[in-house]
Amino acid sequence: MKNAVNREIPDELLVNGREVFQGSDYRNGIRYKKAAPKVKMRTSQLESKVLPSIADAIKAVDFKDGMTVSFHHHFRNGDYVVNLVMEEIVKMGFKDITIAASSLGTSHDPIAEYIEQGIVTGIQTSGIRGKMGEVVSYGKLKTPAILRSHGGRVRAIEEGEVHIDVAFIGAPTSDCYGNASGKGGKSDCGVLAYADVDAKYADNVVVITDTLVDFPNFPASIKAVDVDYVVVVDEIGDASKIASAAARFSRDPRDLLMAEYCAKVIEATPYFKDGFSFQTGAGGPSLAANRYLEPILLKHNIKMSWICGGISAPAVDLLNKGLCECIVDTQDFDTVAVASVHTNPKHFEITTSQYASPSNKSAFVNKLDYVILAALEIDVDFNVNVITGSDGVLRGAPGGHPDTAAGAKCCIIVTPLLRGRMATVCDSVVTVTTPGECVDILVTDYGIAVNPKRPDLLEALQKTKLPLTTIEELRDIAYSIVGEPDPLPFKDRVVAILEARDGTILDVVREIEPLK
Amino acid sequence: MSNDKRLKRLRRTMMFLSAQRPGLIKDAYIYGADSLMIDLEDAVAENQKDSARFSLYNALKTVDYRGTEVIVRINALDTPHWQEDIRVSVAGGADGIRIAKCETKQDVYTIVEAIEKAEEEFGREPGSTLIMAALESPLAIINAYEICIACPERMIGVAISGGDYRKSMGTKYYPDGYEIFAGRANMLVAARAAGVQCFDTVFTNLDDEEGFRKEVQLIKEMGFDGKSLISPRQIAIVHEIFAPTEKEIRDAEKIVRAWRENEAKGIGVFTVDGKMIDIAFIPGAERVIEMAKASGIYEGDL
Amino acid sequence: MLLKQPAIAGTLESSDVQVTITPQDGGVKVEVDSTVKAQYGRHIEECVRETLENLNIKNALVKVVDQGALECTIKARVECAAFRSAQVEDNYPWGGAIK
Repeated sequence: MKNAVNREIPDELLVNGREVFQGSDYRNGIRYKKAAPKVKMRTSQLESKVLPSIADAIKAVDFKDGMTVSFHHHFRNGDYVVNLVMEEIVKMGFKDITIAASSLGTSHDPIAEYIEQGIVTGIQTSGIRGKMGEVVSYGKLKTPAILRSHGGRVRAIEEGEVHIDVAFIGAPTSDCYGNASGKGGKSDCGVLAYADVDAKYADNVVVITDTLVDFPNFPASIKAVDVDYVVVVDEIGDASKIASAAARFSRDPRDLLMAEYCAKVIEATPYFKDGFSFQTGAGGPSLAANRYLEPILLKHNIKMSWICGGISAPAVDLLNKGLCECIVDTQDFDTVAVASVHTNPKHFEITTSQYASPSNKSAFVNKLDYVILAALEIDVDFNVNVITGSDGVLRGAPGGHPDTAAGAKCCIIVTPLLRGRMATVCDSVVTVTTPGECVDILVTDYGIAVNPKRPDLLEALQKTKLPLTTIEELRDIAYSIVGEPDPLPFKDRVVAILEARDGTILDVVREIEPLK
Repeated sequence: MSNDKRLKRLRRTMMFLSAQRPGLIKDAYIYGADSLMIDLEDAVAENQKDSARFSLYNALKTVDYRGTEVIVRINALDTPHWQEDIRVSVAGGADGIRIAKCETKQDVYTIVEAIEKAEEEFGREPGSTLIMAALESPLAIINAYEICIACPERMIGVAISGGDYRKSMGTKYYPDGYEIFAGRANMLVAARAAGVQCFDTVFTNLDDEEGFRKEVQLIKEMGFDGKSLISPRQIAIVHEIFAPTEKEIRDAEKIVRAWRENEAKGIGVFTVDGKMIDIAFIPGAERVIEMAKASGIYEGDL
Repeated sequence: MLLKQPAIAGTLESSDVQVTITPQDGGVKVEVDSTVKAQYGRHIEECVRETLENLNIKNALVKVVDQGALECTIKARVECAAFRSAQVEDNYPWGGAIK
């Protein structure tokens, strides 16, 4: 069946109430009953929940074949927790495991092995990269992987589509009862936003830390009342990869050119007034846009009221300079952001639900004015692909992209027109991860295109000297330089499902043959 | 465009690119430099000169440079490469050729002769290939004037090549610029006397923005038309410093407007703000407005 | 054009392509290895063949290692390797066989 972004969704996937994507606001206003975990109560005296090892915790939660385990990705490419836990589970002979992580990355390559051996038979995540992305693309995972945005994951858990048997929550600090924080310890990651929904909805919750602290470890991001066991290990991650050195602005003149365009687009559009809200992505030109916004804010004597999302030095800088009233933080990318969330009373930790879930009574993204995001590809309908590379293999993550694009009043995508021989602007994206109806403006090094659905924004930009063009023109220029690509040789089998925020099916990724 | 217009075009920034780097030459115009200088000389290894030519030819033939001028820096006359460099540049349709290590007017004649032959061989309009001369030694500076006037129909102007110049003067780079002052000053005077353009040398330390700004400010004050650059990051800074001030723009507007009014009435000399203005002032005033437009700061209607 | 020896042109840098040409009987054989092989492998082979055709080369083994080079770069590298293989060092036919 064709969905609202014109993608063919195989009928065999449309079972158990699953529908095709029918527009961003399709499920707005629906009432649903929240799912609930089956928890074990502890009425009696208990001095400590600490167990000697991960293996003990796995036994203690009565682990079985076929269970779903979950992890968060606050440790990014420095994470050890996923691999430590999975190694134990596999060693103990369990199989048919589904991993439902908030995201997975290149540090999780060992999972590819477990997939090939048929031990891990289900993956649900935002990010899928490295060897794992390859084996899934090559058809080695028994069931289609389910890829969701950050907000979509929370919804899926709250609506009961994902049932987590055991949540393993890596925490930089925890006390013996499981009051866990993202701050302090050897692997300070600042916040534990992604793990909140797991702590509240998983049947069993195990906190894994490398720094056991005195009881009570308040303020706690993860509350002890939700935690079954605590395990202390030597290291939960590689600190240098958890929070990198302060994010610096790109010096690439092409990035800066596009960043300046972004800042000027914001300046010219109607939501740019005192107290506007803002989010940037972490990539070169989107981050550099912060730098060009600063003088514009000063010129107009305008302040932002809040910045949300994944935080790094440039956002903290705006806060410290008094150009932004507060930061609402779901993830810290660098040491500057981590330090700031510790100490600045206007730098708040929020949960992923508060940030981006479509199934609560309005998340921050619903009130967001501007977001600047990247894209691997964007097509003439403004659909964005951030997940399949030029060889058709899974290597990316929807992340907060679909959530912020849907919520923001003005969603700006910034990307160079070409990456090597790959045209970013194309006829039809390989995979839709954010629907075109949510994307308002495209900024490239060859010009700026406005979604025809936003004549108001087009009118505003026509009053500037910015190089406006159409998205079809950009596609034509791209193809005239690199040539029109041949279609990727996908096979029939569906290896991954792209869920829209509301749980409907946005697109599917099919199996592909490895090159060579 | 007539040669005269082409010779006089704005060249505040001339960005060097190696012909051997495909990633850069495919769309270098995007950075907004006034001219692009594709290099077959120092940026290309001795045993890759042929490879660079093929890259150059194909780039010239395929890439749409959107009106940005493309000049080719060919190898010097004391190498075995310059003839083939001229053939490929003319065949490819380059706007101009930069003569490395130009020392005498004879050097200019030799190059122009080869260009004429190539224009004929490859069916290009005779005279359509412009030239500019890079002066890199004391002798070149002494001969600057005769070089400047050696071929008026094609000569864009002269540029000083700091690295080689400093070496042959027995000195090295200093932030105050005294080591190269004589070269700059003499070349500039010669260029102005000959009525051609004049360009400063490259600034190689990309991390020293402060030093770069100082140097650009100096050469602007001296009266240079522009500067050779090695990185797109330097372009915006030069354009910023060369941009006329508000006052300069307003004064220029007054002059141009007054001229047009008076010319219509047949009056050739008049006063603006108490100063006597005649036709000699007009090119300078129009230049200021042109520069203001190119810098994106012109809001008037001239 | 008569090829006399194996020759190579281009680098393995991003956006470049390394072309190795070897005189070999039995027509033109092209082997393409590319970071964008799925989408542009066919284009790359066609470009190589067309360039050799223009140079009147009928027998050669061409190995291409591509890092996302544009067509003008592929053509330039093939031409350069071909002329090196033919041991031609000047008076290139710009505008003629080199289109």
